[in-house]
Amino acid sequence: MIRAAVVGAAGYAGGELARLLSGHPEVELAQVTSSRLAGRWLHAAHPNLRGVSELRFVDEADLAPCDVLFLALGHGEAAQRIERYAGLAERVVDLSADFRLNDAAAYERWYGAPHPAPEWLGRFTYGLPEVSREALRGARYASGVGCNATAANLALLPLARSGVLERVVLEVKVGSSEGGAQAGPASHHPERAGCLRSFAPTGHRHQAELELVLGPQEVHFSATAVERVRGVLCTAHAFLTEDLEEKDVWRLYREHYASEPFVRLVKERTGLYRYPEPKLLAGTNWCDVGFERDPASRRLVVMSALDNLMKGAAGTAVQCMNLMCGLDETAGLGFPGLHPCE
Amino acid sequence: MSDTTLTTAPCPECDAAVRCDEGTLVNEILACPDCGAELEVTSLQPFALALAPEVEEDWGE
Repeated sequence: MIRAAVVGAAGYAGGELARLLSGHPEVELAQVTSSRLAGRWLHAAHPNLRGVSELRFVDEADLAPCDVLFLALGHGEAAQRIERYAGLAERVVDLSADFRLNDAAAYERWYGAPHPAPEWLGRFTYGLPEVSREALRGARYASGVGCNATAANLALLPLARSGVLERVVLEVKVGSSEGGAQAGPASHHPERAGCLRSFAPTGHRHQAELELVLGPQEVHFSATAVERVRGVLCTAHAFLTEDLEEKDVWRLYREHYASEPFVRLVKERTGLYRYPEPKLLAGTNWCDVGFERDPASRRLVVMSALDNLMKGAAGTAVQCMNLMCGLDETAGLGFPGLHPCE
Repeated sequence: MSDTTLTTAPCPECDAAVRCDEGTLVNEILACPDCGAELEVTSLQPFALALAPEVEEDWGE
């Protein structure tokens, strides 16, 4: 069994990691840390884990060596202590943005401060298996992924890789859990309830990951917070270099994603859920992708949906661990979701 | 598995390979496994499909 620990397990992504690792057939979840909740039961922060895990939070100072260490800390924290963490575990998966970019200048441009440990940037593999699967096999260090970036990247990757993406304008509609477990004035219920809030019309940090994955195409990215807890719906207006027929687009996406265990094409002519729907994906590691071609132009509208805490964070992190440790890539990630559900 | 289960025809909508199972009849309606399109079997020798007529759903204003 692989011994794993989660640093920062009181947060939402940390809680999802604890849920997934508690049910993973090849993993023993050995420790969960929270300085604020040290000594309290894991289920004090994550009541869904009552009866699932008997772990208590420990202070980070009491973290013991393990095989795989998951870091679910706020942005900037992992990089400040990465030497210590790397000394505790053979493998590290960091869910924050600290090691997603491979360029310190780009990090400073997007995150507004110099990187605390720039010498570590090159040691991390970008943690999206659909992009860097072979590099992740056996790797020691994997970064997390941005949830919005992952929805957009998986929507557009087949177009970018096949060279037909000229430029794209995309919007993500996102749930409130993207804001984390710590409340603030903007998440206060009377202020948040009912809002459709354009919180990043331009300049969202995840654009850096789009440029990293998709390449030099012109990408315009906006984010809107909607009345949900979990979920991302990305609507991308992709302008193509050539006039593709629907069947050509089907073929392109099929070829790209045929062997992907967690990407599904959803484009139905009939039925209630004709295109990707985040509601159906809560708790799953799926990313659903669909599209519709505008017959009057070279615009292809590509929709993608995922659970921001799963495929957009903890689920992908466990998928990375599986690859890094030579396990079945899908181990521990089989939950198919609920229907009907809220 | 009989030979007929190996017969496929492309979906006219999305180009997916739609299988002709044993016992399939001409004029039978099949559903494409990928895009869900309802397909009418227009021929068995060779196996061929056409989009079946659909009642449009009203998705509101």
